[in-house]
Amino acid sequence: MAKVDFDTPEMQEVSILPKIKPGSMEHSSPFVAKDIHQEPLGFPGELVENFEEKVVEKMGDLLDKYRGFRVFLDSCVKCGACTDKCHYYLGTSDPKNMPVGRQDLLRSVYRRYFTFAGKYFPKLVGARDVSKEVLDEWHSYFHQCSQCRRCSVFCPYGIDTAEISMAAREILDSVGYGQKYCNEIIGKVFKIGNNLGLPGPALEDTLEGLEEDVMDDTGVEVKFPLDVQGAEVLLVTPSADFFAEPHIDGLMGYAKVFHAAGISWTISSYASEAANFGMFIGSYDNMRKISQRIRKAAMDLGVKRIVFGECGHAWRVAYSFLNTLAGPWDFLDPKYPVPQHILEVTHGLIQEGKLNIDKSRNDDIVPTFHDSCNVARASRMGDKPGGQFEIPREVIKAVCNNYVDMAPGTTHEATFCCGGGGGLLTDDLMEIRVKGALPRMEAYKQVTENNGVTNIVAICAICKAQFTKILPFYGFGMDAIMSAHQLVSNAIVLEGEGQDDADESEASEA
Amino acid sequence: MSSVSVIYALMFYFATAVIVVGVGRKIAQYARTPAPLKIPTTPAPVTKGGVVVRMAKEVVLFASLFKSNKWIWIFGWMFHFALLLVLLRHLRYFTDPVWEWVALIQPFGKYAAFAMLAGLAGLWARRIVVDRVRYITGPSDHLMLALLVGIGITGALMTYVSHTDIVAVKAFFIGLITFNWQPLPTDGVLLAHLGLVVALMIVFPFSKLLHAPGVFFSPTRNQVDNPREKRHVAPWAAKLDAREE
Ligand code: SF4
Ligand code: SF4
Repeated sequence: MAKVDFDTPEMQEVSILPKIKPGSMEHSSPFVAKDIHQEPLGFPGELVENFEEKVVEKMGDLLDKYRGFRVFLDSCVKCGACTDKCHYYLGTSDPKNMPVGRQDLLRSVYRRYFTFAGKYFPKLVGARDVSKEVLDEWHSYFHQCSQCRRCSVFCPYGIDTAEISMAAREILDSVGYGQKYCNEIIGKVFKIGNNLGLPGPALEDTLEGLEEDVMDDTGVEVKFPLDVQGAEVLLVTPSADFFAEPHIDGLMGYAKVFHAAGISWTISSYASEAANFGMFIGSYDNMRKISQRIRKAAMDLGVKRIVFGECGHAWRVAYSFLNTLAGPWDFLDPKYPVPQHILEVTHGLIQEGKLNIDKSRNDDIVPTFHDSCNVARASRMGDKPGGQFEIPREVIKAVCNNYVDMAPGTTHEATFCCGGGGGLLTDDLMEIRVKGALPRMEAYKQVTENNGVTNIVAICAICKAQFTKILPFYGFGMDAIMSAHQLVSNAIVLEGEGQDDADESEASEA
Repeated sequence: MSSVSVIYALMFYFATAVIVVGVGRKIAQYARTPAPLKIPTTPAPVTKGGVVVRMAKEVVLFASLFKSNKWIWIFGWMFHFALLLVLLRHLRYFTDPVWEWVALIQPFGKYAAFAMLAGLAGLWARRIVVDRVRYITGPSDHLMLALLVGIGITGALMTYVSHTDIVAVKAFFIGLITFNWQPLPTDGVLLAHLGLVVALMIVFPFSKLLHAPGVFFSPTRNQVDNPREKRHVAPWAAKLDAREE
């Protein structure tokens, strides 16, 4: 692990807007991808010699392909409305972490090469040439953006800095200056099928282990099927669900829900990953290739529905992009949306009264809910706008008695990022991850003190991993973070539950 | 006709051509460029009608800005709507007879100049006082404000202090439209006012003033949230599908 050598910011009762501290985070930059990480994704192995030319060429290409990119670069009026909206600015005071400050790192180059004013009056409009220094700055600050889109909610033109960050990373990759973490992981998906590089047999072992765990807990034989032909549901879930805490408790929850509802389901070893880091690096090609694996798995296994497990950016790619990238889905059952979120499934079953729930089993927990950025601001659940806020809360409230919301302005569409999204969940970015979590930690602290909240519930693999790491920096226990389906798992009463216990004790007596 | 009149006549023709062609080209460029992925900032409307409502709220009420920062909203909204009133009031110099509703807003339009200047002053003050906004402000941002304030002050001066021969001004502009040139009065304030307006028209398509057409093309605001129901594929992306089949 990289050496952690910085101060955790102090939490405030009422967040105080920091004065700008230029340059305070310019030392933060992730490891650069090596040729072995770059080349499998179709990017040059190292910084190309004529990168000045290539950067401009790639930028021109993106300008023609993405209307948002072009409109966002032209439209900013420097009104300043976004300047205090980014958690990384609030946690670091570095003005280049203000959304508009971040955009300007790239806009200055856009203006120089693609606008009349920048070509002829560069000083007037703050235009600058491409240089190695510029690329270094991009590599640093475009990896201090979790692509959370909070800025886009508040900008009068909807300028989404996430789109600018994605474009910047795509340009960096295209000249051989990528980020190790994301690119290495994408390579693993192509080679093995998931971000962790967990091969089929290991996955099978893990799932068997889980079956035993559930059996020990409940005495019920709940299956965790792998590669089952003709199952009704293909479950695509972030691979962290297979081994990390508290993710794994969520996976147990999904399994119990399917079991209780009598829905046959399977995981695919070929597409054993919901995460799609192709989005983080802004690469349509890579994002599409990863998505196509899900299509192939669904066809090969002959499933009727696709359901996604708890993950934020994965749900964005699934909900918003999957139809575009890997559709049409006309071979699946048209009665269900493609894809569905596991919470949509559970919510529906609860509404229909198909799950037997004992809320009191969660009585020792007072949970609050952390809206994950990509679910909140880049996707939806259910058929009404805002379903992405209501459905998780309704499910949580249906399985436990003590739900508490965090302060308005820190939830729903204004939710604060966990600090580790967008390809930042790596140890070499620990400082920015901790500092970026400040606003969320302040809001969490408030409900722990005022409402006795004991746990923070998330529906994103990255949020869960990030909170596990950073909660201790702010004086909370790392196990305060829970999966939403962990609460479901606790409360769900399976048919035959407890009976086996009796059998077992009889057996042992005999 | 004086040479000043001729110069101003030519300037206005030139500036009109620049703004019309410049902004037209930008709009065409925006319209041509695909948005390959569904990226509305959610919660977003699930129907086209809903998108029209969302966009109207943004353009008329500055809804996102209102959520964001009340000061910028007050100053920004005041400036833009005062400017709109002032512009509408100015239609009286281009129409003969003056349309009835234009005559009706005349008294409001006259005072709107002050609201416009107050809004601009507030926005400008923020660029100096608030450290975050000072950091992102460049010379062109000050210049743009200076242009607008200059236009506002010279305009108000003519309304309230040193009146110009407004009948002649109107004759000049109608002459421009009908290609029957008439002389322009040559008092300094009027010439300054019109000169600044010409400058603003010329910089429009090359500056951040492109936010005006831009907002309508912003995919985070103008897309319908229906990706599961309707497959959305850009032409360049469809080629990727075709290549594989
Ligand atoms: S809110 Fe939008 S227009 Fe205003 S400074 Fe930020 S990005 Fe630019
Ligand atoms: S997308 Fe999120 S992390 Fe990136 S600049 Fe905007 S608010 Fe900050």
